[in-house]
Amino acid sequence: MIVANEKPIEEIRNMIAGYKRIFVVGCSSCVSVCFTGGRREVAHLAETMRVLGQKEGLSLEVEEESVLRQCEWEFVEPLKERVEKSEVTLSMACGVGIQTLAERYPKALVYPAVDTTFMGMPRKIGFFEENCAGCGQCILGETGGLCPVARCAKSLLNGPCGGAKDGRCEVSKDVPCVWEQIYNQLSLKNQLEQMEAITEAKNWSVGMAGSPRRRIRADLLENEGEK
Amino acid sequence: MKSSLKEVLNQGRFAVTAELGPPRGSDQNVVREKANFLKDADAINVTDCQTAITRMSSVASCFILKRMGLNPVLQMTCRDRNRIAIQSDLLGAAALGIENVLLMTGDHQKFGDHPEAKGVFDLDSISLIAMVKKMRDEKKFLSGDELNPAPNFFIGAVENPFASPVEFRAKRLGKKIRAGAEFFQTQIVYNLERFEAFMEEVNRLGFSKESYILAGVCPLKSAGMAKYMRSKVPGLDVPDHIISRMQEAAEPKKEGIEICVEIIKRIREIKGVAGVHIMAVEWEEVVPEILEKAGLKNT
Repeated sequence: MIVANEKPIEEIRNMIAGYKRIFVVGCSSCVSVCFTGGRREVAHLAETMRVLGQKEGLSLEVEEESVLRQCEWEFVEPLKERVEKSEVTLSMACGVGIQTLAERYPKALVYPAVDTTFMGMPRKIGFFEENCAGCGQCILGETGGLCPVARCAKSLLNGPCGGAKDGRCEVSKDVPCVWEQIYNQLSLKNQLEQMEAITEAKNWSVGMAGSPRRRIRADLLENEGEK
Repeated sequence: MKSSLKEVLNQGRFAVTAELGPPRGSDQNVVREKANFLKDADAINVTDCQTAITRMSSVASCFILKRMGLNPVLQMTCRDRNRIAIQSDLLGAAALGIENVLLMTGDHQKFGDHPEAKGVFDLDSISLIAMVKKMRDEKKFLSGDELNPAPNFFIGAVENPFASPVEFRAKRLGKKIRAGAEFFQTQIVYNLERFEAFMEEVNRLGFSKESYILAGVCPLKSAGMAKYMRSKVPGLDVPDHIISRMQEAAEPKKEGIEICVEIIKRIREIKGVAGVHIMAVEWEEVVPEILEKAGLKNT
């Protein structure tokens, strides 16, 4: 899932300064699971703005809504009327959802109310951890099911580096050394010899370092002519 | 004219290398002054923005040493350059007569003066070593394109006997040998027992016959420095008895030199160790005294 953080309320206030009709739109998918941009968080932000507005003598009209998946046309389509009558639409979806909304309503001012951070999993309630970098060439089969590209601070493919101490990463004692975890997992699987295999320079061009990525399924793609 | 580091090691002489940290400014005289203290070493390592603190470039500093008739070891990390920049800098270094390289991943930028920088880490230490070996032996860039003339580097790498998982460290050194490393400079040794255990494993696996291993040492200036190195420098093991010796010393600097000399003498006795690498961080002037006391002057 995609994880995001709430933006500081000060930053949001600066975005909406001077506007009265505000529309807050959340997403009930990933950002809802990480308690950042779901229905409850939308209600909370909307209420916070109403209270702040009252305190400062501004008569803000704050509307709120949450859609199932803000990253798809069909779910943002029903928002048309309310986006268009608002001066500012604050999206609490991930960056993908925010852009979907912004692209669908090009004349509207669509602003981000959250900072999208990473792809990861809820390790337990309230604890989310990055574990996939979307690098475009998965090596999890060689690394005991743990990704060093996302989970090693230096994305080492031949780890662990010399900074690991007592199983912790050199950048922070709070971060486990993923290469030590890989070592332990490979040991459990009787595959420790994989630690000694030399992994050559990675092809980063299939990941973020290449051009913006697309996936085209010719079999599913609607023929222009049929439209 | 000094013998090259490779010649010294091939002749089986106990080699001495010393580290020089380039200045945080553009005055080449600072490099020269520091180098004057390190002239007795067989080669001088020039760090590559160590601990991610911005300093004069390693290639430029190495060239200053080269013009002084010294043997520089160019340290090159993966933190600040991608494969294009590294290959380009290495060709430049070779053109300037630099013969030795020490290849490593590098400290994370978080530790440095620009913690908000984007770390590169296009390669890691091992893919970097393999790339440089390919440039030298196959006369090819990493891409496979022809390279002419190829640089003829003596390829060095680092290993930290004290980092976890400890049982993998000797094997990781072996992995670097297979990638192309010919000599090693280890992380600073304060814990001799652990270093001995590491070397035993290295010897058992035959790696000290396939490469030259120089043990890293660093004189301590104060008890505060010892504690700092234990808690803040990635992957260092400073045992309690060293810290208490520094705390109880009437003259901590003298004690630090004494400890360093003792460690060097013990290291010389360990099977498989080909030399010592002295990292007197911002204290280069103490190196002649250490060499003198350790009986390593004019080796």
